[in-house]
Amino acid sequence: MAEPLKRTALHGSHLDLKARMVPFAGWDMPVQYAGILSEAAAVRTRGGIFDVSHMGRVYVSGPQATELLEWLQSGNIGNLRKGRARYSLVCGEDGGILDDTVTYRLEDERYLLICNASNRDAVLQWMGRWRNEKGLQTVLEDTTLTTAMIAVQGPAAAALMDELCPQQPSKLRFFGSMEGEVLGSRAFIGRTGYTGEDGFELVIAAEDGPRVWEALRDRGMTPCGLGSRDVLRLEAALPLHGSDIDPSTSPLEAGLARFVNLKKEFAGGDALRRQQEAGVDRRLVGLLPEGRRIPRHDFPIQAEGQAVGRVTSGGWSPTLDRTIAMGYVPTRWAEHGQDLQIDIRGNLVEASVAALPFYTRKRS
Amino acid sequence: MNPTDRKYSKEHEWAKVEADGRVLVGITHYAQDQLGDIVFLDLPSPGDRVEQYKKLGEVESVKAVSDVFAPVSGQVVEVNPELAERPDLVNDDPLEKGWLARISSDTLEQDMDNLLTAEEYEAFLESEAH
Repeated sequence: MAEPLKRTALHGSHLDLKARMVPFAGWDMPVQYAGILSEAAAVRTRGGIFDVSHMGRVYVSGPQATELLEWLQSGNIGNLRKGRARYSLVCGEDGGILDDTVTYRLEDERYLLICNASNRDAVLQWMGRWRNEKGLQTVLEDTTLTTAMIAVQGPAAAALMDELCPQQPSKLRFFGSMEGEVLGSRAFIGRTGYTGEDGFELVIAAEDGPRVWEALRDRGMTPCGLGSRDVLRLEAALPLHGSDIDPSTSPLEAGLARFVNLKKEFAGGDALRRQQEAGVDRRLVGLLPEGRRIPRHDFPIQAEGQAVGRVTSGGWSPTLDRTIAMGYVPTRWAEHGQDLQIDIRGNLVEASVAALPFYTRKRS
Repeated sequence: MNPTDRKYSKEHEWAKVEADGRVLVGITHYAQDQLGDIVFLDLPSPGDRVEQYKKLGEVESVKAVSDVFAPVSGQVVEVNPELAERPDLVNDDPLEKGWLARISSDTLEQDMDNLLTAEEYEAFLESEAH
Protein backbone atom coordinates (compact mmCIF):
# COMPACT_ATOMS: atom_id res chain seq x y z
CA MET A 1 0.00 0.00 0.00
CA ALA A 2 3.07 2.20 0.31
CA GLU A 3 3.26 2.52 -3.46
CA PRO A 4 2.29 6.02 -4.61
CA LEU A 5 -0.94 6.34 -6.56
CA LYS A 6 -0.57 6.32 -10.32
CA ARG A 7 -1.80 9.34 -12.28
CA THR A 8 -3.48 9.22 -15.66
CA ALA A 9 -2.50 11.61 -18.44
CA LEU A 10 -5.65 13.61 -17.57
CA HIS A 11 -4.84 14.01 -13.87
CA GLY A 12 -4.05 17.72 -14.22
CA SER A 13 -7.34 18.32 -16.04
CA HIS A 14 -9.23 16.68 -13.16
CA LEU A 15 -7.50 18.88 -10.61
CA ASP A 16 -8.22 21.99 -12.72
CA LEU A 17 -11.90 21.02 -12.68
CA LYS A 18 -11.74 20.58 -8.90
CA ALA A 19 -12.82 16.97 -9.17
CA ARG A 20 -13.00 14.98 -5.97
CA MET A 21 -10.19 12.47 -6.26
CA VAL A 22 -10.12 9.02 -4.69
CA PRO A 23 -7.70 6.09 -4.75
CA PHE A 24 -9.04 3.39 -7.08
CA ALA A 25 -7.11 0.23 -7.98
CA GLY A 26 -3.83 2.03 -7.36
CA TRP A 27 -4.77 5.15 -9.34
CA ASP A 28 -5.74 8.64 -8.19
CA MET A 29 -9.08 8.97 -9.96
CA PRO A 30 -11.97 11.48 -10.10
CA VAL A 31 -15.07 10.16 -8.33
CA GLN A 32 -17.15 13.22 -9.18
CA TYR A 33 -16.99 16.73 -10.59
CA ALA A 34 -20.32 18.60 -10.31
CA GLY A 35 -22.18 15.69 -8.68
CA ILE A 36 -22.87 12.03 -9.31
CA LEU A 37 -26.56 12.35 -10.20
CA SER A 38 -26.20 15.34 -12.53
CA GLU A 39 -23.33 13.58 -14.30
CA ALA A 40 -25.40 10.40 -14.73
CA ALA A 41 -28.31 12.45 -16.09
CA ALA A 42 -25.99 14.18 -18.58
CA VAL A 43 -24.94 10.81 -20.03
CA ARG A 44 -28.54 9.60 -20.34
CA THR A 45 -29.78 12.79 -21.99
CA ARG A 46 -26.81 14.20 -23.90
CA GLY A 47 -23.26 13.15 -23.33
CA GLY A 48 -20.48 12.70 -20.85
CA ILE A 49 -16.76 11.96 -20.90
CA PHE A 50 -14.96 9.61 -18.55
CA ASP A 51 -11.25 9.22 -17.97
CA VAL A 52 -10.85 5.44 -18.21
CA SER A 53 -7.09 5.56 -18.64
CA HIS A 54 -6.70 3.39 -15.55
CA MET A 55 -8.11 0.41 -17.48
CA GLY A 56 -5.46 -1.98 -18.78
CA ARG A 57 -4.62 -1.71 -22.51
CA VAL A 58 -2.60 -4.68 -23.68
CA TYR A 59 -1.75 -5.37 -27.32
CA VAL A 60 -1.47 -9.07 -28.08
CA SER A 61 0.29 -9.93 -31.34
CA GLY A 62 2.48 -12.56 -32.96
CA PRO A 63 1.81 -15.64 -35.09
CA GLN A 64 -0.07 -17.41 -32.31
CA ALA A 65 -1.89 -14.48 -30.74
CA THR A 66 -5.27 -15.90 -31.73
CA GLU A 67 -4.45 -19.29 -30.29
CA LEU A 68 -3.43 -17.76 -26.96
CA LEU A 69 -6.53 -15.57 -26.69
CA GLU A 70 -8.82 -18.40 -27.76
CA TRP A 71 -7.48 -20.41 -24.84
CA LEU A 72 -7.77 -17.54 -22.34
CA GLN A 73 -11.17 -16.15 -23.31
CA SER A 74 -14.55 -17.76 -22.63
CA GLY A 75 -15.97 -16.38 -25.88
CA ASN A 76 -14.95 -17.08 -29.48
CA ILE A 77 -11.92 -15.15 -30.68
CA GLY A 78 -10.96 -17.00 -33.86
CA ASN A 79 -14.16 -16.10 -35.68
CA LEU A 80 -14.04 -12.46 -34.63
CA ARG A 81 -13.70 -10.29 -37.70
CA LYS A 82 -11.13 -7.50 -37.98
CA GLY A 83 -12.62 -4.30 -36.65
CA ARG A 84 -14.94 -6.15 -34.29
CA ALA A 85 -14.75 -6.61 -30.53
CA ARG A 86 -16.05 -9.12 -28.02
CA TYR A 87 -16.93 -8.92 -24.35
CA SER A 88 -15.67 -12.08 -22.71
CA LEU A 89 -14.49 -13.58 -19.43
CA VAL A 90 -11.02 -14.71 -18.43
CA CYS A 91 -11.53 -17.67 -16.13
CA GLY A 92 -9.32 -19.61 -13.78
CA GLU A 93 -9.08 -23.36 -14.22
CA ASP A 94 -11.85 -23.75 -11.65
CA GLY A 95 -14.13 -21.63 -13.85
CA GLY A 96 -14.03 -18.62 -11.51
CA ILE A 97 -13.89 -15.20 -13.16
CA LEU A 98 -10.39 -13.68 -13.07
CA ASP A 99 -11.51 -10.68 -15.11
CA ASP A 100 -14.02 -9.50 -17.66
CA THR A 101 -12.48 -7.99 -20.75
CA VAL A 102 -13.15 -6.51 -24.16
CA THR A 103 -10.98 -7.89 -26.97
CA TYR A 104 -10.75 -5.86 -30.19
CA ARG A 105 -9.43 -7.69 -33.23
CA LEU A 106 -7.24 -5.22 -35.11
CA GLU A 107 -5.48 -7.55 -37.56
CA ASP A 108 -5.45 -11.31 -38.13
CA GLU A 109 -2.89 -11.70 -35.36
CA ARG A 110 -3.09 -8.39 -33.51
CA TYR A 111 -5.56 -7.60 -30.75
CA LEU A 112 -6.17 -4.91 -28.16
CA LEU A 113 -7.29 -6.36 -24.86
CA ILE A 114 -8.96 -4.04 -22.33
CA CYS A 115 -8.94 -5.36 -18.78
CA ASN A 116 -9.89 -3.94 -15.41
CA ALA A 117 -7.32 -1.74 -13.67
CA SER A 118 -7.39 -3.88 -10.55
CA ASN A 119 -6.73 -7.06 -12.57
CA ARG A 120 -4.13 -5.81 -15.02
CA ASP A 121 -1.19 -7.49 -13.29
CA ALA A 122 -3.12 -10.73 -12.74
CA VAL A 123 -4.27 -10.89 -16.37
CA LEU A 124 -0.76 -10.16 -17.67
CA GLN A 125 0.65 -12.89 -15.45
CA TRP A 126 -2.06 -15.35 -16.48
CA MET A 127 -1.43 -14.64 -20.16
CA GLY A 128 2.33 -14.88 -19.70
CA ARG A 129 2.01 -18.18 -17.88
CA TRP A 130 -0.07 -19.82 -20.62
CA ARG A 131 2.05 -18.35 -23.39
CA ASN A 132 5.11 -20.00 -21.83
CA GLU A 133 3.34 -23.21 -20.87
CA LYS A 134 1.99 -23.71 -24.38
CA GLY A 135 5.09 -22.28 -26.05
CA LEU A 136 3.07 -19.85 -28.14
CA GLN A 137 4.81 -17.15 -30.16
CA THR A 138 3.05 -14.09 -28.85
CA VAL A 139 4.06 -10.59 -27.84
CA LEU A 140 2.26 -8.82 -25.01
CA GLU A 141 2.63 -5.05 -25.05
CA ASP A 142 1.14 -3.21 -22.10
CA THR A 143 0.46 0.38 -23.18
CA THR A 144 -1.57 1.39 -20.13
CA LEU A 145 1.01 3.90 -18.92
CA THR A 146 1.84 5.46 -22.30
CA THR A 147 -1.68 6.03 -23.59
CA ALA A 148 -4.85 7.75 -22.41
CA MET A 149 -8.36 6.36 -22.78
CA ILE A 150 -11.50 8.48 -22.83
CA ALA A 151 -15.06 7.14 -22.94
CA VAL A 152 -17.48 9.44 -24.77
CA GLN A 153 -20.96 8.25 -23.86
CA GLY A 154 -24.51 9.39 -24.50
CA PRO A 155 -26.97 10.09 -27.29
CA ALA A 156 -24.92 13.07 -28.54
CA ALA A 157 -21.68 11.09 -28.75
CA ALA A 158 -21.98 9.83 -32.34
CA ALA A 159 -22.60 13.22 -33.94
CA LEU A 160 -19.81 14.79 -31.93
CA MET A 161 -17.33 12.07 -32.86
CA ASP A 162 -18.11 12.66 -36.55
CA GLU A 163 -17.29 16.35 -36.04
CA LEU A 164 -13.90 15.57 -34.54
CA CYS A 165 -12.89 12.60 -36.65
CA PRO A 166 -12.73 12.47 -40.47
CA GLN A 167 -13.21 8.69 -40.44
CA GLN A 168 -16.80 9.21 -39.26
CA PRO A 169 -17.03 6.84 -36.28
CA SER A 170 -20.84 6.94 -36.41
CA LYS A 171 -20.47 4.36 -39.22
CA LEU A 172 -19.31 1.84 -36.65
CA ARG A 173 -21.75 -0.70 -35.34
CA PHE A 174 -21.93 -1.46 -31.63
CA PHE A 175 -18.69 -3.28 -30.71
CA GLY A 176 -17.02 -2.18 -33.95
CA SER A 177 -13.71 -0.34 -33.99
CA MET A 178 -11.43 1.67 -36.28
CA GLU A 179 -8.13 3.48 -36.29
CA GLY A 180 -8.34 7.14 -37.18
CA GLU A 181 -7.60 10.64 -36.01
CA VAL A 182 -9.40 12.67 -33.40
CA LEU A 183 -8.56 16.37 -33.73
CA GLY A 184 -5.52 15.36 -35.75
CA SER A 185 -4.17 12.96 -33.12
CA ARG A 186 -3.89 9.27 -33.94
CA ALA A 187 -6.63 7.40 -32.16
CA PHE A 188 -8.09 3.97 -31.75
CA ILE A 189 -11.87 4.26 -31.60
CA GLY A 190 -14.24 1.55 -30.40
CA ARG A 191 -18.02 1.82 -30.22
CA THR A 192 -18.12 0.41 -26.74
CA GLY A 193 -18.71 1.59 -23.20
CA TYR A 194 -19.88 0.81 -19.71
CA THR A 195 -22.94 3.01 -19.30
CA GLY A 196 -25.77 1.28 -21.18
CA GLU A 197 -25.79 4.26 -23.55
CA ASP A 198 -24.49 4.62 -27.09
CA GLY A 199 -20.89 5.75 -27.07
CA PHE A 200 -17.25 5.39 -27.95
CA GLU A 201 -13.98 4.68 -26.26
CA LEU A 202 -10.86 6.42 -27.57
CA VAL A 203 -7.28 5.37 -27.02
CA ILE A 204 -4.78 8.12 -27.76
CA ALA A 205 -1.17 8.87 -26.89
CA ALA A 206 -0.84 10.09 -23.31
CA GLU A 207 0.43 13.50 -24.44
CA ASP A 208 -2.65 14.04 -26.62
CA GLY A 209 -5.01 13.22 -23.74
CA PRO A 210 -5.55 16.63 -22.14
CA ARG A 211 -6.10 18.39 -25.49
CA VAL A 212 -8.73 15.88 -26.63
CA TRP A 213 -10.41 15.92 -23.20
CA GLU A 214 -10.63 19.73 -23.28
CA ALA A 215 -11.99 19.72 -26.82
CA LEU A 216 -14.74 17.28 -25.88
CA ARG A 217 -15.60 19.42 -22.87
CA ASP A 218 -15.67 22.58 -24.99
CA ARG A 219 -18.24 20.87 -27.20
CA GLY A 220 -20.60 20.25 -24.33
CA MET A 221 -19.58 16.86 -23.01
CA THR A 222 -19.97 16.70 -19.22
CA PRO A 223 -16.94 15.42 -17.28
CA CYS A 224 -18.08 12.34 -15.37
CA GLY A 225 -16.34 10.48 -12.56
CA LEU A 226 -16.28 6.96 -11.21
CA GLY A 227 -19.40 7.67 -9.12
CA SER A 228 -21.71 8.27 -12.07
CA ARG A 229 -19.98 5.48 -14.02
CA ASP A 230 -21.02 3.09 -11.26
CA VAL A 231 -24.61 4.39 -11.22
CA LEU A 232 -24.92 4.05 -15.00
CA ARG A 233 -23.38 0.58 -15.26
CA LEU A 234 -25.60 -0.71 -12.43
CA GLU A 235 -28.73 0.61 -14.16
CA ALA A 236 -27.59 -1.28 -17.27
CA ALA A 237 -26.73 -4.32 -15.06
CA LEU A 238 -23.18 -4.44 -16.40
CA PRO A 239 -21.24 -6.43 -13.82
CA LEU A 240 -18.37 -4.89 -11.87
CA HIS A 241 -15.44 -7.22 -11.29
CA GLY A 242 -14.58 -7.28 -7.59
CA SER A 243 -18.22 -6.67 -6.64
CA ASP A 244 -20.64 -8.70 -8.79
CA ILE A 245 -18.16 -11.15 -10.23
CA ASP A 246 -14.79 -12.36 -8.94
CA PRO A 247 -12.67 -15.53 -8.87
CA SER A 248 -15.20 -17.19 -6.53
CA THR A 249 -18.11 -16.71 -8.95
CA SER A 250 -18.64 -18.37 -12.31
CA PRO A 251 -20.04 -16.89 -15.53
CA LEU A 252 -22.94 -19.36 -15.33
CA GLU A 253 -23.93 -18.14 -11.86
CA ALA A 254 -23.51 -14.52 -12.94
CA GLY A 255 -25.93 -14.83 -15.87
CA LEU A 256 -23.06 -14.41 -18.35
CA ALA A 257 -23.48 -17.78 -20.11
CA ARG A 258 -24.04 -16.03 -23.43
CA PHE A 259 -20.42 -14.86 -23.29
CA VAL A 260 -19.16 -18.41 -22.80
CA ASN A 261 -18.73 -21.00 -25.56
CA LEU A 262 -18.81 -24.34 -23.75
CA LYS A 263 -18.12 -26.16 -27.03
CA LYS A 264 -14.55 -24.89 -27.27
CA GLU A 265 -11.41 -25.63 -25.25
CA PHE A 266 -10.41 -22.79 -22.96
CA ALA A 267 -9.02 -22.22 -19.48
CA GLY A 268 -11.80 -23.04 -17.05
CA GLY A 269 -13.90 -24.68 -19.76
CA ASP A 270 -13.85 -28.17 -18.22
CA ALA A 271 -14.95 -26.84 -14.84
CA LEU A 272 -17.74 -24.80 -16.44
CA ARG A 273 -18.96 -27.78 -18.47
CA ARG A 274 -19.19 -29.80 -15.26
CA GLN A 275 -21.04 -26.92 -13.61
CA GLN A 276 -23.41 -26.62 -16.55
CA GLU A 277 -24.20 -30.32 -16.34
CA ALA A 278 -24.77 -30.28 -12.58
CA GLY A 279 -26.69 -27.00 -12.65
CA VAL A 280 -25.72 -23.90 -10.68
CA ASP A 281 -26.67 -23.56 -7.01
CA ARG A 282 -27.05 -19.79 -7.06
CA ARG A 283 -27.70 -16.99 -9.49
CA LEU A 284 -27.02 -13.28 -9.74
CA VAL A 285 -30.42 -11.58 -9.69
CA GLY A 286 -31.77 -8.07 -9.98
CA LEU A 287 -33.57 -6.72 -6.91
CA LEU A 288 -36.09 -3.90 -6.65
CA PRO A 289 -36.14 -2.86 -2.99
CA GLU A 290 -38.89 -0.81 -1.37
CA GLY A 291 -38.20 2.62 0.08
CA ARG A 292 -35.21 4.86 -0.32
CA ARG A 293 -32.62 3.19 1.90
CA ILE A 294 -29.77 2.09 -0.30
CA PRO A 295 -28.75 -1.58 -0.23
CA ARG A 296 -24.97 -1.67 -0.61
CA HIS A 297 -22.29 -4.26 -1.34
CA ASP A 298 -22.30 -7.19 1.12
CA PHE A 299 -25.65 -6.43 2.81
CA PRO A 300 -27.42 -9.74 3.64
CA ILE A 301 -30.35 -10.97 1.57
CA GLN A 302 -32.99 -12.98 3.43
CA ALA A 303 -35.79 -15.33 2.47
CA GLU A 304 -38.29 -16.63 5.01
CA GLY A 305 -36.18 -15.23 7.83
CA GLN A 306 -33.00 -17.01 6.73
CA ALA A 307 -29.90 -15.39 5.27
CA VAL A 308 -29.69 -16.71 1.70
CA GLY A 309 -27.23 -14.39 -0.04
CA ARG A 310 -25.59 -11.01 -0.24
CA VAL A 311 -25.98 -7.83 -2.24
CA THR A 312 -23.10 -7.42 -4.67
CA SER A 313 -24.02 -3.95 -5.97
CA GLY A 314 -26.73 -1.56 -4.95
CA GLY A 315 -27.51 2.06 -5.42
CA TRP A 316 -29.83 4.87 -6.25
CA SER A 317 -31.04 4.86 -9.83
CA PRO A 318 -31.75 8.42 -10.94
CA THR A 319 -33.16 7.17 -14.25
CA LEU A 320 -35.71 4.92 -12.51
CA ASP A 321 -36.05 7.20 -9.45
CA ARG A 322 -35.70 4.29 -7.05
CA THR A 323 -33.14 2.02 -5.44
CA ILE A 324 -31.83 -1.01 -7.33
CA ALA A 325 -29.52 -3.86 -6.43
CA MET A 326 -27.99 -7.11 -7.62
CA GLY A 327 -26.95 -10.08 -5.55
CA TYR A 328 -26.51 -13.84 -5.50
CA VAL A 329 -29.31 -16.03 -4.16
CA PRO A 330 -29.87 -19.80 -4.27
CA THR A 331 -31.53 -20.86 -7.52
CA ARG A 332 -34.81 -21.70 -5.77
CA TRP A 333 -35.15 -18.03 -4.73
CA ALA A 334 -34.07 -16.59 -8.08
CA GLU A 335 -37.38 -16.56 -9.96
CA HIS A 336 -38.63 -13.17 -11.18
CA GLY A 337 -41.20 -11.78 -8.77
CA GLN A 338 -39.83 -13.70 -5.80
CA ASP A 339 -40.18 -11.65 -2.61
CA LEU A 340 -36.97 -11.37 -0.60
CA GLN A 341 -35.70 -9.04 2.10
CA ILE A 342 -32.49 -7.06 2.34
CA ASP A 343 -31.03 -6.30 5.75
CA ILE A 344 -30.05 -2.63 5.50
CA ARG A 345 -28.23 -1.98 8.78
CA GLY A 346 -30.90 -3.76 10.80
CA ASN A 347 -33.85 -2.54 8.72
CA LEU A 348 -35.44 -5.44 6.85
CA VAL A 349 -36.46 -4.01 3.49
CA GLU A 350 -38.72 -5.90 1.08
CA ALA A 351 -37.19 -6.50 -2.34
CA SER A 352 -38.52 -8.45 -5.29
CA VAL A 353 -36.44 -10.29 -7.85
CA ALA A 354 -36.59 -8.46 -11.16
CA ALA A 355 -35.43 -8.98 -14.73
CA LEU A 356 -32.08 -7.47 -15.70
CA PRO A 357 -31.10 -4.98 -16.95
CA PHE A 358 -32.95 -2.31 -14.99
CA TYR A 359 -32.43 0.16 -17.82
CA THR A 360 -32.30 -0.35 -21.59
CA ARG A 361 -31.81 2.59 -23.89
CA LYS A 362 -34.31 3.22 -26.61
CA ARG A 363 -32.68 2.49 -29.94
CA SER A 364 -33.43 4.91 -32.73
CA MET B 1 -20.98 31.02 4.02
CA ASN B 2 -21.51 29.99 7.65
CA PRO B 3 -23.88 32.61 9.10
CA THR B 4 -23.28 34.05 12.57
CA ASP B 5 -26.93 33.67 13.60
CA ARG B 6 -26.28 30.07 14.69
CA LYS B 7 -23.62 27.81 16.16
CA TYR B 8 -21.84 24.75 14.85
CA SER B 9 -20.55 21.34 15.90
CA LYS B 10 -17.31 19.67 14.88
CA GLU B 11 -19.50 17.01 13.23
CA HIS B 12 -20.74 19.73 10.85
CA GLU B 13 -24.22 20.31 12.23
CA TRP B 14 -25.68 23.74 12.94
CA ALA B 15 -28.12 24.88 15.67
CA LYS B 16 -30.10 28.08 15.50
CA VAL B 17 -32.18 29.37 18.41
CA GLU B 18 -35.52 30.68 17.19
CA ALA B 19 -37.59 33.50 18.67
CA ASP B 20 -39.65 31.09 20.78
CA GLY B 21 -36.52 29.46 22.23
CA ARG B 22 -36.72 26.25 20.21
CA VAL B 23 -33.70 25.14 18.22
CA LEU B 24 -33.65 24.51 14.51
CA VAL B 25 -30.93 22.06 13.48
CA GLY B 26 -29.38 21.01 10.21
CA ILE B 27 -26.09 20.18 8.51
CA THR B 28 -23.60 22.66 7.11
CA HIS B 29 -22.67 23.43 3.53
CA TYR B 30 -19.40 21.63 4.11
CA ALA B 31 -21.26 18.51 5.28
CA GLN B 32 -23.65 18.37 2.34
CA ASP B 33 -20.77 18.92 -0.06
CA GLN B 34 -18.84 16.05 1.49
CA LEU B 35 -21.87 13.75 1.42
CA GLY B 36 -22.79 14.49 -2.18
CA ASP B 37 -26.25 13.80 -3.60
CA ILE B 38 -28.59 12.97 -0.71
CA VAL B 39 -31.42 10.55 -1.50
CA PHE B 40 -32.86 9.65 1.91
CA LEU B 41 -32.88 10.89 5.50
CA ASP B 42 -33.79 8.73 8.47
CA LEU B 43 -34.84 11.22 11.13
CA PRO B 44 -36.37 10.77 14.61
CA SER B 45 -40.10 11.16 15.25
CA PRO B 46 -41.63 14.12 17.06
CA GLY B 47 -41.51 13.39 20.77
CA ASP B 48 -38.24 11.46 20.58
CA ARG B 49 -35.51 12.51 22.97
CA VAL B 50 -32.05 13.30 21.56
CA GLU B 51 -28.78 14.02 23.35
CA GLN B 52 -26.12 16.49 22.33
CA TYR B 53 -23.41 14.83 20.19
CA LYS B 54 -25.41 11.58 20.06
CA LYS B 55 -27.00 10.22 16.91
CA LEU B 56 -29.92 12.22 15.55
CA GLY B 57 -30.41 10.20 12.39
CA GLU B 58 -28.85 8.94 9.16
CA VAL B 59 -28.23 10.58 5.84
CA GLU B 60 -28.13 8.30 2.83
CA SER B 61 -26.24 9.76 -0.11
CA VAL B 62 -25.49 8.12 -3.43
CA LYS B 63 -21.97 7.44 -2.17
CA ALA B 64 -22.48 6.37 1.44
CA VAL B 65 -24.60 6.49 4.57
CA SER B 66 -23.55 8.77 7.42
CA ASP B 67 -24.79 9.47 10.91
CA VAL B 68 -25.97 12.95 11.83
CA PHE B 69 -25.55 14.03 15.45
CA ALA B 70 -27.77 16.27 17.54
CA PRO B 71 -26.09 19.60 18.25
CA VAL B 72 -28.30 20.08 21.34
CA SER B 73 -30.15 17.82 23.79
CA GLY B 74 -33.91 17.88 24.06
CA GLN B 75 -37.15 16.68 22.61
CA VAL B 76 -37.80 16.61 18.89
CA VAL B 77 -40.78 18.87 18.17
CA GLU B 78 -40.87 18.54 14.41
CA VAL B 79 -38.87 17.13 11.53
CA ASN B 80 -38.74 18.87 8.17
CA PRO B 81 -41.77 17.43 6.35
CA GLU B 82 -40.42 18.42 2.92
CA LEU B 83 -37.45 16.08 3.10
CA ALA B 84 -39.37 12.84 2.57
CA GLU B 85 -40.10 13.92 -0.99
CA ARG B 86 -37.22 16.33 -1.52
CA PRO B 87 -34.10 15.05 0.26
CA ASP B 88 -32.07 17.06 -2.24
CA LEU B 89 -33.18 20.24 -0.43
CA VAL B 90 -30.41 19.46 2.04
CA ASN B 91 -27.90 19.74 -0.81
CA ASP B 92 -29.49 22.78 -2.39
CA ASP B 93 -30.19 24.82 0.74
CA PRO B 94 -28.74 23.16 3.85
CA LEU B 95 -29.01 26.27 6.03
CA GLU B 96 -32.63 27.22 5.35
CA LYS B 97 -35.07 25.01 3.44
CA GLY B 98 -32.99 21.91 4.13
CA TRP B 99 -33.23 22.06 7.95
CA LEU B 100 -33.61 18.65 9.59
CA ALA B 101 -35.41 19.02 12.91
CA ARG B 102 -36.76 21.43 15.50
CA ILE B 103 -35.76 20.62 19.06
CA SER B 104 -37.07 21.88 22.38
CA SER B 105 -34.00 21.91 24.58
CA ASP B 106 -34.06 21.92 28.38
CA THR B 107 -30.32 22.64 28.56
CA LEU B 108 -30.34 25.28 25.88
CA GLU B 109 -27.79 27.74 27.20
CA GLN B 110 -25.25 25.16 28.23
CA ASP B 111 -25.61 23.19 24.97
CA MET B 112 -25.27 26.29 22.82
CA ASP B 113 -22.20 27.32 24.84
CA ASN B 114 -20.58 23.99 23.97
CA LEU B 115 -20.89 24.67 20.23
CA LEU B 116 -18.56 26.65 17.99
CA THR B 117 -19.21 30.16 16.72
CA ALA B 118 -19.16 30.63 12.94
CA GLU B 119 -15.63 32.00 13.24
CA GLU B 120 -14.47 29.05 15.33
CA TYR B 121 -16.15 26.59 12.96
CA GLU B 122 -14.37 28.11 9.98
CA ALA B 123 -11.05 27.93 11.81
CA PHE B 124 -11.86 24.29 12.59
CA LEU B 125 -12.59 23.58 8.89
CA GLU B 126 -9.33 25.29 8.00
CA SER B 127 -7.37 23.13 10.47
CA GLU B 128 -9.08 19.96 9.17
CA ALA B 129 -8.05 20.79 5.62
CA HIS B 130 -4.35 20.80 6.56
